[in-house]
Formats: sequence, structure tokens, C-alpha cells
Amino acid sequence: MSDIDRLFTQLRAENRKAFMPFITAGDPDLEFSASVIRELAARGCSMCEVGIPYSDPIADGPVIQASYTRALDKKIKLAQILEMLAGLKDVSMPRVTMVSYAIIYRHGLERYVAGTKAAGVAGAIVPDLLVEEADELAEICRREDFSLIQLVTPTTPRDRAVRIAESSTGFLYYVSVTGITGERTKLPPSLIENVGWLRQQTDLPICIGFGVSQPEHVKLLAPVCDGLIVGSAIVRRIAEAADRPRAAVLKEVGEYAANLLAALEARPD
Amino acid sequence: MLKPTENPTNCFLALFEVHMSTSPTKAGEASANVPDAAGRFGDFGGRYVPETLTRALDELTVEYEKAKHDPAFQAELDELLHNYVGRPSPLYHARRLSEECGGAQIWLKREDLNHTGAHKINNTLGQALLTLRMGKKRVIAETGAGQHGVATATACARFGLPCVVYMGSEDVRRQAPNVFSMKLLGAEVRPVESGSRTLRDAINEAMRDWMSSVEDTHYIIGSVVGPHPFPMIVRDFQSVIGRETREQSLERIGRLPDLVVACVGGGSNAAGMFYPFIEDREVELIGIEAGGRSSQPGDHASPLSFGEPGILHGSYSYVMQDEDGQTCDVHSISAGLDYPGVGPEHSYWKATGRVQYTNCRDDEAMKGFDALARCEGILPALESSHAISKAMELAAQRSKAEMVVVCLSGRGDKDANEIARLKVKASS
Repeated sequence: MSDIDRLFTQLRAENRKAFMPFITAGDPDLEFSASVIRELAARGCSMCEVGIPYSDPIADGPVIQASYTRALDKKIKLAQILEMLAGLKDVSMPRVTMVSYAIIYRHGLERYVAGTKAAGVAGAIVPDLLVEEADELAEICRREDFSLIQLVTPTTPRDRAVRIAESSTGFLYYVSVTGITGERTKLPPSLIENVGWLRQQTDLPICIGFGVSQPEHVKLLAPVCDGLIVGSAIVRRIAEAADRPRAAVLKEVGEYAANLLAALEARPD
Repeated sequence: MLKPTENPTNCFLALFEVHMSTSPTKAGEASANVPDAAGRFGDFGGRYVPETLTRALDELTVEYEKAKHDPAFQAELDELLHNYVGRPSPLYHARRLSEECGGAQIWLKREDLNHTGAHKINNTLGQALLTLRMGKKRVIAETGAGQHGVATATACARFGLPCVVYMGSEDVRRQAPNVFSMKLLGAEVRPVESGSRTLRDAINEAMRDWMSSVEDTHYIIGSVVGPHPFPMIVRDFQSVIGRETREQSLERIGRLPDLVVACVGGGSNAAGMFYPFIEDREVELIGIEAGGRSSQPGDHASPLSFGEPGILHGSYSYVMQDEDGQTCDVHSISAGLDYPGVGPEHSYWKATGRVQYTNCRDDEAMKGFDALARCEGILPALESSHAISKAMELAAQRSKAEMVVVCLSGRGDKDANEIARLKVKASS
């Protein structure tokens, strides 16, 4: 059981849903990333997705792309990110990395899993690793009790979605839109039905991400899933830390997360 | 298997061993019967893209297989290649250039004489026909030198498809005539300001567009790169170059060439030229990468010469990456070769030893350009000038009885302004 499995076991027992913010490691610097993670944990977030900056992120919209570019311009390396994460072991909120397979492959599959695990990370989301190409990494993750969270999208055929669900561990990441990361005002009308169908196919927790940013989204989606992931809306707020007092930005990010958490907890059931 | 290690240097050596020791790719065994169903050329290739694109890639694979075995599709493409593109392109004996070098006879495969002035049209017409077969309503493309952008805009105009071309803003500057042509042909050119503002960033941006538009849009990728099935499809459409060269050699000199030379950026003209010769073991094949200013990192665009296997733009192939897995900035005088990756089949041919890869510096390419202009009255594209330059060097070392074929992949008019600028800079 990874920390993620334990998290969802507990949340389900309490009839609660997970709230998972995404941040880019090293934007604007690693010290601030650590402060944000602590702030999010203090506000009651369930888990944090830590984006490992990559030079060629094709699934990401302008906000996350720009945050990766800012971090890479500061020459931030994976080793430094792991060092920052290792300093957060007193924080009980689980962390997972969102990372390109280009980076995992370059560092070596075993070394990446062992290195991030040693830094207190519970799993990885690898947005450019398809289920067909995932066997080698999945085997290592199984052995290391490290979650390998896979993604289903609106374009995924249903038989394939079942196959992905069977291969994913920790939770299943449902991508709400056919597109790249970024805030949307409206989410696709078929979303509820698709996730509802998927819910019938697997016991694995299902979390929805991409485009989620408003309390209305949270209220709409919470009943059909186990958790929600919010990325660009958080990263955009953190981006302001470059030219504003950091304490103010930290408070704003925390309040934004708390606002969405409140919407999540306020569900009628 | 690899054990975690504290020493990053050992780690990367070990990493290399892990992947190479399990390798089914062995020297001397290059097959033309690749890729396999997973898109693997030996170890290389595959599909490393977001899940969102999988269904479209599967659909494309299925539709391409059907088209390949459909005589009506082949007939339509052949008719277009003949009457619209002007194929077959001539195989021209460059006698004065050969004399100048004093060695082997240099022959040029004149892809520069195709409609739109480069080999790129062979692929875009084929993929435009696939777009129509799949019932897709819109086309996107990336371009570096602008040749693929022009060829895509042309095919889209011919078939009435709306077309958006992504182009790095640095390339928009260097290749202004092609930007103008694309607009005249009705395409929308979207300059890309991210990263190094070159071909790599244009591919990223085209992929991102495709992530949102995949239901009704086909991405006409311009080289033998990207996720399966693109490297195979582009190679197949470009293989008309090598098939014609093979027939023309047999017809003109009664045998196959001794040596075939082509430039390699992503590697589409080289793949199209080499592929039909892969099982003719007596024919030596040489690919020329962009050597840039020097062999220092950042000064060249030669992943096969100086890079290592890794992941970029959806496939596993040689790439210029730093030790952290970030793609490196590269440099070439020529926008079409200014790319940190290379098609996976080239990595396979390198690993099997079937093709030799070397590189040609910016200044050497300029000399190749000048030599062809003055000896033969042909302005080659800066990309092709790399192949010309190395072919001259190789021809000089060989006997007059030998035949060297160079793929003259494109014409140089698009480069005239950039060359003028570089010459002024060099003389000041």
C-alpha cells in the first residue's frame, strides 16, 4: 500500500473526496515551492502533485508551460527538487510527481522511482507514457510499492479505458477535456456520464483534472469522482510571487485552495 | 538491472547498458521490414504521447494500411505526383562538379525541381489524401525551413482544406519568402515564441493544437519523426525518391550507385532516399547532419553524432539532451536541420551500421552551396548544401569509375537573403 492507497482508503471511510493542487517545482524557486506545499497541507489539501519542469511539455497549456520555462531558466535540476521534497517529510499530505517519461528514462527507471521515493514521494503521473509502453516502469513501481497513476481521456475508447484502469495504481486520472491543461469556464457536458460509466468499471479511485478551477466545477464533479485536481489556477497565482510580497501570494494560494475545499466538503451527500 | 547509485556518471553509463543490453538491434541486420506493430525500428520509435492522441494515431494507422493496399489511392497519388509535382524528378550527372572534385562521378537527384521546390510535397500530398479518407476537415503542420509549410499549404489549397502552420519566430525571420508563399496559398502561419523559437518548438505547438482539435483535424507532420505511425508513413511517401533513383541508376549506368548521400535533420529526404536501398548491401549510404559551428554542445544539430538515445516528440531515438533529460538548444545555419532529434529509423540504421552518419559544418555547407551554384548553375537549399559539401569531399577520395548520388532535397531561392546576410557578416 502506497501513501496514496492509504489516503483514499481513509477518505472513502469518511465519505470524503480528495482535493489535489498541482504546483511546478522551482517556480519561482524551490524555497517557495516548499512553502506552498506546507501551506496547502495546512489548509487541508489531500495530496499535492509536483510538476517536474520539462523543456517540451506537449500536454500543457500556456500557464504551466511558462512555469516550466521559468524554473528551467533558473537551471533547477531534479536532484535539487528531490532535496526540497526530502525536507518535507514531516508533512503528512502525500506528494506525487507529474513528470515526462523523457526525464524518467534519462535518469533511469529504477533510479527515478528509488530517488523520488527516498524523497518521500508516493507515486508518479507520467502524461506521455501510454499503457502499451508502461510495462517496464509499472513492474518497478509495483515492486517498490510506488503508485503509477495512468490517465483516461474523453477520446479513449471504452475497452481501452478498462485496460488502463486495470493497469493504473493509486488512482485513475480522468482528463476532463480533449485538450491541454488550463482553466476553462465550461466543462464538456458528457463528462459526468463518462466518469459515471468508468465508475462502474473499476474500484480504483477516480480523480478528475484539466480545466477544473471554479467552486461550481467542484460542486458539479465531486459526486461522481473520488477527487479533483487543480493545476493552472494555482500555478497562475504562484506566478505572481515573482513581483509581489511572497507572504501575500502564499496566503492567496491558500485561500483559493480553502475556497475549493469548502465547495468540496459542502456537497449535499 | 540498474541499481540506484549516488554517482550520476555511472548511472548514465549503466542506464545505457540496461537499454542496449536488452536490445534486439544488432549490427549488420538492418531490415526493410520495420517498424513492427508497436512502431518499433529495433529498439527505436514507439509512441510516447498523451493518451488524448492515441485514438487518432490508431485511426491513422488503420486508414493508412487500408490506403496502402487500395489501388485507387495509389493511382490517385501517382497521378498527382506525375502531373502536379512533375515526377519522376531527374537524376542529373553533375559533370563539372565531378571534374572539380577530381574523383567519383557525382549525380544529383533533383528533388529541387519538384513543384514547391523540395521533396516535402511527396509526403504532404499523400497525407492530404489520407486526411480526406479519414473525413477530417482541417490540417495543421509544423515547419522549420518553411518547405514543409509551403508543401502542406499547397496540398491543402489543392484539396480545399483549411491549413494552420506553426513556425518558430526565428525561422519566420530566416525564411521570410516561404512565410509569404504560405499566406498566398491561403494558410495561416502562427509564429511560435516559446523555447528556441525553431522547428522543435513548432512541433510542440502543433502537437498542442492537435491535443484540442484531434477529433476533426489531421496533423501532417513533415519529417520521419513523432509517434508511430508517422515515421513509417512519411518514410513510405518519401520512398519514391529512392525507388526512382534506383531505377534511374540501373537505366543510366546499368548498375546501382556506389554511394548515396543525403542530409539529415528530422531525416525525411534521407529516409526516402535510403529506404529502397536498405537491402542492397553493396550500396553505401551516408547521412549528413548539421555540424553547425563546432562539435561543442549547443553549437551543432547532430544527435546521431553526439547525442544519446532518449525520448522527444513521441518517439525513442537519438536526441541532444542534458543530463537531466531536458532537450538541448541546437544550432544550424539551416532552419530545416536545426532540430535536436532525429527520426527513429535513422537511429535503427545507425545502431545496425547500415547507414554511416557524419556531419558538415556551417562553413563547409556554404562552400558546397557556392560550388554547386558556380559549377552547375544550381542554387541548392542550405539543407541540401550539407549533403553536397560532404559528397564532394567523399567523391574526391574515390575513383572516377564510382558513382555518388546526392539527394538535392530542395532549391535555395528561399535562402538567398539569409546567405547574403551571412556573407556580409563573414566579410565584416
